[in-house]
Amino acid sequence: MGLLIRGGRVIDPATGVDREADVLLAEGRIAAIDASISPGGHHRVIDAHNLLVAPGLVDMHVHLRDPGQTHKEDIASGTAAAVQGGFTTVACMPNTIPPIDHPTVVEYVQRRAASTGACRVLPIATITKGRLGEELAPIPTLAASGAVALSDDGDAVKDAGLLRRAMRYARQVGLPVIEHSEDATLSHGGAMHEGTWSVVLGLRGIPAVSEEAIVARDIVLAEDTGARLHVAHVSTAGSVALIREAKRRGVGVTAEVTPHHLLLTDEAVGGYNTDTKMNPPLRGEADRAALVEGLLDGTIDAIATDHAPHTPEEKRVEFDSAPFGVVGLETALSVLLTRLVRPGLLSLMEVLRRLSTTPAAILGLAGGRLELDAPGDLVLIDLDRRWTVDPAMFASKSRNTPFAGWELQGKAVMTIVGGEVKYSDVSVEVNA
Amino acid sequence: MSRHLLGLRDLSVTQIQHLLDLAQSYADGERPAGILAGRTLMTLFYEPSTRTEISFELAAKRAGAEVVRCDVDRSSVKKGESFVDTVQTLEALGADAIVIRHPMAGAPTLASQLVRCAVINAGDGMHEHPTQGLLDLLTVSQRRERIAGLKVALVGDVLHSRVARSALWGFTKLGASLTLVGPPTLLPPLLPSSLFPLPSQVTMTSSLEEGLQDADVVMALRMQLERQQHGYVPSLAEYARYYAVTARTLAYARPDALLLHPGPMNLGVEITADAAYGARSVIQTQVANGVAVRLAVLLWALDIDEQREPPRSLRELGAERGNAGAREREVAEIPATRPLPVIASGASRSGGPRGDLMNNEIATGLRPSQ
Repeated sequence: MGLLIRGGRVIDPATGVDREADVLLAEGRIAAIDASISPGGHHRVIDAHNLLVAPGLVDMHVHLRDPGQTHKEDIASGTAAAVQGGFTTVACMPNTIPPIDHPTVVEYVQRRAASTGACRVLPIATITKGRLGEELAPIPTLAASGAVALSDDGDAVKDAGLLRRAMRYARQVGLPVIEHSEDATLSHGGAMHEGTWSVVLGLRGIPAVSEEAIVARDIVLAEDTGARLHVAHVSTAGSVALIREAKRRGVGVTAEVTPHHLLLTDEAVGGYNTDTKMNPPLRGEADRAALVEGLLDGTIDAIATDHAPHTPEEKRVEFDSAPFGVVGLETALSVLLTRLVRPGLLSLMEVLRRLSTTPAAILGLAGGRLELDAPGDLVLIDLDRRWTVDPAMFASKSRNTPFAGWELQGKAVMTIVGGEVKYSDVSVEVNA
Repeated sequence: MSRHLLGLRDLSVTQIQHLLDLAQSYADGERPAGILAGRTLMTLFYEPSTRTEISFELAAKRAGAEVVRCDVDRSSVKKGESFVDTVQTLEALGADAIVIRHPMAGAPTLASQLVRCAVINAGDGMHEHPTQGLLDLLTVSQRRERIAGLKVALVGDVLHSRVARSALWGFTKLGASLTLVGPPTLLPPLLPSSLFPLPSQVTMTSSLEEGLQDADVVMALRMQLERQQHGYVPSLAEYARYYAVTARTLAYARPDALLLHPGPMNLGVEITADAAYGARSVIQTQVANGVAVRLAVLLWALDIDEQREPPRSLRELGAERGNAGAREREVAEIPATRPLPVIASGASRSGGPRGDLMNNEIATGLRPSQ
């Protein structure tokens, strides 16, 4: 028995298709896409009139906190949050306890995802043992066990010589190296972007150069080793310029940006709201504008949430004491539709591409496209749906969003993973 | 109703002038006896303090309030009780106002979001020290006809100084211009002029001579010893060589320039004894003004500043206008927003108290700081 999605506006960023069509899913895959598919007798039918039908979203940068910090999030709650936001695949960062630096931890994540996960979970493994930046993690073994990328996210690899050797291994096994670009000697003690607002608020600054110094170093190393470098959560105009120039030279570098860096600036920190504290921090308006520009011209490839759950108790402290990070899975699509697509800054096709096709390509996944035999991962989107962000309603265990109270228009109303409905808004009609 | 005092950046010009008027009437000798009877003030200091904590206590006690000191070193804070829980506990125990000193910026702001009693910031990290800012303004206003048009130089570790930030907002709101002077590592990034009421109101320089040129007010900032360890300055001696305010370097400023320092001083680093105890110094007056300023802030925060006799300058202004009745109506109906005499207009200060305070300064100005 299949799942037939009828009458929706089908958008496939991989091919540029944007037309009304029916989509049939069977055996977990896309079985047919046609102007009109007969329901036959055996299919469940979903009426998708007035809805978009797009490839399931892919978030290549989330923190599921599992193993080790499951009071903040676990694989069940994190993937529940993902499907609420329209994501069908998430790649989870290895800064867990213990870190994902050994095949047993990769397998733990895969097993938990298979038994409790609402969407696909792809583990990213560490570059160094214990994520300590001292010795190489067993990169070939981690790749063989199913890690989709390598990253010490949370920190950059300080030792350039070690990173260079890691890149050689990464190239050999074909995995991208994802760097959290931050020179800790430049950002040490900082709690927010160094600029006017850090002076006004009396908070220690994290200067833009602390990111750019590492982006510049890593580009040179990627060029030298031939490894694929992926720059996580780009936040400054200077980083965008460095990446743009490197791409022009043909260096194998890709980059991602978060919704919060695209939409907010350091001014939002004004009331010491710890839900505006993340790393890299919200930057100045010139940086924010450069990120949008970089996304438009293709310098920045993907949009990723850097979903980083922390409990209300952990965030309800002095700004300096609060942990860095905000959740993003349940708001990303809607804030982008409301603040970038509606005002005409970015096309619908382009936003969906950066949320599915490009991250899938960077990680070498089969998804992120609507074509015959591709995975049956879809999101149905109601562009007109109005809703207000109420963190109390999140499927995530945590509530730390900078978008609380935002009035949004556009929402994922059904998420289908491998042909199965994993999230459905009550208003979407399903007929057996 | 209670109000929070979190920083001078949040206050309007009218509110600042009101607080200065109120403080001046107490500096002039008005007796606050009993006005805070039945109220409870709690102080919560996560950093050591002599002047600020004692002057808050003195102010509250002179006005009849009960004062409870939460000794952080002997309280449940030592058992790991969080800041949030500690503040809520103090409110539950009956605090009408909590005075907070904290090493982290924004802690009093967080407290103000959690409690209904008044929260008064007694210095938070590098953010603000608003009562210090008010007493700096009061000290200068006692000696100059108006603050507007004065040139104020802040010298030293501007980047890390909460005193500098409160001075920055307070003096610019009242129309003074500021020059921030210090080594490049201790100056903030360039501040957009849109932050301040007037264009080019704030400038920066790393030359002490240039920064003190034509200054009416020189404020030396405390230099912390750890700045050397963290590489902000090559050494304190190197810093002192180029930036210490001394009797000699003070000569770059106007001959009648006032010298301020928030204390405690590092003599021989940011300031030398010949300047600190010299004729231009008003440092002891700053300390003495602390009690009057904190009393005014307490009354304002507890919303009983209007129950007392109106400040002298206001009485005079009402008499000049010949419509004292109108003033009383304004006081009764819209206490926070009533029009007040403007320092910049020269209307607020009578010459009366000045002589007394000058005597006071001479009497106390030559004693070394505690």
